[in-house]
Amino acid sequence: MNKTLNNKAWFLVLPVLVLVAFSAVIPLMTVVNYSVQDTFGNNQFFWAGLEWFQEMLHEDRMWNALQRQLLFSAIILAIEVPLGVIVALNMPKSGIWSSFCLVVMSLPLLIPWNVVGTIWQIFGRVDIGLLGHTLAAMGIDYNYTQNVVDAWVTIIVMDVWHWTSLVALLAFAGLKSIPDAYYQAARIDQASRWKVFRYIELPKMSGVLMIAVLLRFMDSFMIYTEPFVVTGGGPGNATTLLSIDLVKMALGQFDLGPAAAFSLMYFLVILAISWVFYTVMTNLDKKGM
Amino acid sequence: MARITLDNLAHSYKPDPASEEDYALKELNHVWEDGAAYALLGSSGCGKSTLLNIISGLLQPSQGRILFDDRDVTHAETAERNIAQVFQFPVVYDTMTVRDNLAFPLRNRGRDEAYVAGRVNEIARMIGMEHMLDRKARGLTADAKQKISLGRGMVRKDVNALLFDEPLTVIDPHMKWELRTQLKKLHHEFGHTMIYVTHDQTEALTFADKVVVMYDGRVVQIGTPEELFETPGHTFVGYFIGSPGMNLLPAEVEGATARIGGTTVGLGRGYGPLTGKVEIGIRPEHARLTRGEGLPVTIRRIEDVGRHRIIRTEFEGREINVIAGEDEPVSADMTRVAFDPARINVYADGWRVDAAG
Repeated sequence: MNKTLNNKAWFLVLPVLVLVAFSAVIPLMTVVNYSVQDTFGNNQFFWAGLEWFQEMLHEDRMWNALQRQLLFSAIILAIEVPLGVIVALNMPKSGIWSSFCLVVMSLPLLIPWNVVGTIWQIFGRVDIGLLGHTLAAMGIDYNYTQNVVDAWVTIIVMDVWHWTSLVALLAFAGLKSIPDAYYQAARIDQASRWKVFRYIELPKMSGVLMIAVLLRFMDSFMIYTEPFVVTGGGPGNATTLLSIDLVKMALGQFDLGPAAAFSLMYFLVILAISWVFYTVMTNLDKKGM
Repeated sequence: MARITLDNLAHSYKPDPASEEDYALKELNHVWEDGAAYALLGSSGCGKSTLLNIISGLLQPSQGRILFDDRDVTHAETAERNIAQVFQFPVVYDTMTVRDNLAFPLRNRGRDEAYVAGRVNEIARMIGMEHMLDRKARGLTADAKQKISLGRGMVRKDVNALLFDEPLTVIDPHMKWELRTQLKKLHHEFGHTMIYVTHDQTEALTFADKVVVMYDGRVVQIGTPEELFETPGHTFVGYFIGSPGMNLLPAEVEGATARIGGTTVGLGRGYGPLTGKVEIGIRPEHARLTRGEGLPVTIRRIEDVGRHRIIRTEFEGREINVIAGEDEPVSADMTRVAFDPARINVYADGWRVDAAG
């Protein structure tokens, strides 16, 4: 076959290149730019090389934030994924109640992040919040502004409240796609409820669940607004997650260089974990073939 | 194994069925003899699958009883009935190996591993999948998956009945023959009661000892393939079985003659007075083109299908099909169609009428 070579064809990809350049590459390059320079103000910059990166890698502050971040993501994944699946399994499969459930489930997803934060901030307050006040009235010592465990419980419950619906909706979509014949065959084969879940429902949901885990991981790893509104990173630094720490450094202290180095490493960590996760999951999938 | 009795059985998908129209399955009494192979034949939506699901317990009938031998199982769970069923689309457990798939029904019933292994190997040999026992079921072709489903249906020796719900729909034509032959062989070997749902007459007629023809939620005829062919009990059977189906002509029947349009045709037998819509039915195989006798027709088309020719003719706006052998002469001056009087069936309101004597 004769291929026609025409280099003008490259112009066809130009719009995409321009779009990606302005939306991703150029902003990212300004960050890279800051990360290798130092400034004393007045728009004067000095070459700093990899100094900021080295400094940040030896900084306890970043490692601690990273640890808290990993713990946070691990906990909310461990709760939201099974809980979402359980909710989906118990939702009515059809009829008016199914639609009703779907609407109710979607509501938390429609609320803006900082409104969610504000809701829980007020909800948990000991003086006027329904939750905080009720707990206090029951004699439970709860105060998310002073107690580390209380603060963590609050932001975790808040995230679970906000995002379990997403997992549940995805899992529900997966469940709906299973033909009736599978359940009928399982009844004929005398499979127990657990086996139906293990060998029919779970395999059929695995695809959407993988997407759910990936989405929830990325989102929770980048979370900023909600915990910031509720706890502001406190008490002390107990709930200072990566984003919160980054903003403190970049905008609070105006340490542009270290903050830029920090954000690049942050970005690479998310990219690396997502990539590893995705590759492992798709390979597991292929092995089954 | 068991004899299955349907007693006054009917089913409606509506909660309060008011008229007969609301019933997907109309009242039915029938005994499925132990060890026989039945085919349940009918067009889509005639209630075949409903009936099958009621027998296997996936569906509770609105009225009536089901007996296995003398035990009433109407409200028994599917598992209790000990039935095997194979569905139209292959159901396999994707994440399991072929071996585990076949072993699944046995393991769920707590059979010991030695027995399971022996049985699985036997079934694998039967469906020709010994060489892929350790493969994951995911990613196999539809053929292979359906063979696994069939295997899973047959792996239990002690089932009361084996039900097949159009199991070969997704299978390649040459595979169909092979699998159907194997099913027949299996039936001869183990003598399970088998009920095979299909809308393909060839499949039904080759598989079954007895064919149950359903139409619009009702069983219209139960008989051997020969009976269905020679004496269709309902015009639907005549039309549905045979290729092309039976010719049906409105007629006025008086004694041993029928008046069709302006022509009188001998029936070979006498009939009493008939009410309702009276029709005569004649198979294309029992009609022939002639020069002088019979109904005057216009020949529309002749189709040569190899074994024989199908002659499509028209009589007063109705189609009459005639099947002529390859060596029978057909010429332009043969413009009449005559019927073999002994093979003519008479129908009133769709149902066959017996001769008066």
